[in-house]
Amino acid sequence: MAAGASSWSFEERDFQRIDRILQAFLFDANARCALLVDRTGQLVTTAGERPEFDSVAFSSLAAADFSANDQLASMIGETEFSSLFHQGEKESMYLADVARRVILVVLFDNRTTLGMIRIKVKGVVRELAEIFNELFSRSAAAPSGPRVESGFVDEAEDEIDRLFGDL
Amino acid sequence: MSMINYASREINCKIVYYGPGLCGKTTNLEYVYEKVSPNTRGKLISLATETERTLFFDFLPVDLGAIRGFKTRFHLYTVPGQVYYNASRKLILKGVDGVVFVGDSQVERLDANIESMHNLYENLAEYGLDPREIPFVIQYNKRDLPNISSLEELQRELNPHGAPHHEAVAMRGIGVFDTLKAVSKLVIKSLS
Repeated sequence: MAAGASSWSFEERDFQRIDRILQAFLFDANARCALLVDRTGQLVTTAGERPEFDSVAFSSLAAADFSANDQLASMIGETEFSSLFHQGEKESMYLADVARRVILVVLFDNRTTLGMIRIKVKGVVRELAEIFNELFSRSAAAPSGPRVESGFVDEAEDEIDRLFGDL
Repeated sequence: MSMINYASREINCKIVYYGPGLCGKTTNLEYVYEKVSPNTRGKLISLATETERTLFFDFLPVDLGAIRGFKTRFHLYTVPGQVYYNASRKLILKGVDGVVFVGDSQVERLDANIESMHNLYENLAEYGLDPREIPFVIQYNKRDLPNISSLEELQRELNPHGAPHHEAVAMRGIGVFDTLKAVSKLVIKSLS
């Protein structure tokens, strides 16, 4: 059976490159935390202060927020809104598209300014886009997408039976 | 689009519950939320209207735990059932790994089921997907109600390709985990 859609994988060296870029960005922009979320709502990685909220739920909502705004953009004749800004009393967030596949979410407070975030995000989005384009073309070039090691399926099935079996 | 994150050693898979309005998609998720142990599942997020109709989606992450060193997690989503929320439905299907179609067994909802199934085929086709080629399970819900179509009729109208199917009474939890088990196993198999 074919996998649900084109899958992609994310390796240690990708993580290290991305983490370096995000750490430098957070330092330059004086922002608190950055999350990378893929367009399907899955968290890819975080950098900076550890989020105190449920980052899994946060990621699904951030992706939905971005997707809904994409549709709003197309309704008014724009191809996309490449960034979104949500302002709070103390905490604010800035979301930016990366290579049409991933969303960079930056959380910041009044130690910095929206202008600073906006300027610095532009650069970091360019750098991240290069990495993600490379990563996606690598996944696309792999003949059958990412694979799990043998034994994974049996073990996962046993676990599914154990978890959901008597409920 | 299952994502295998070798850096954080995580595998996340997306399962979407689809079907016509008021067929019991949210009820399925609520039952799962209620029954699985709190350390296995995350928060149930519901973007619903004031009358508790799903407006955008419900979301529930369920952890399988570490399998061969990979933290494996299913992200369960529902879509809004009403016809006019199609834009939202399409968005939720993005990157889906497995689909559960929840059918309403009541005779008067047969047309709504058929319309929703067509809509599912159309929306998946926009992502280049076909329910015959992806993990896909059908649940016939509300089997306890008096005025229901026979299983044969439902199968004929909604399941000509013979996808795995389960009968259910989601309000009482009957068939909920059989359905979830079936689709999650298909999704896991599709990773290999």
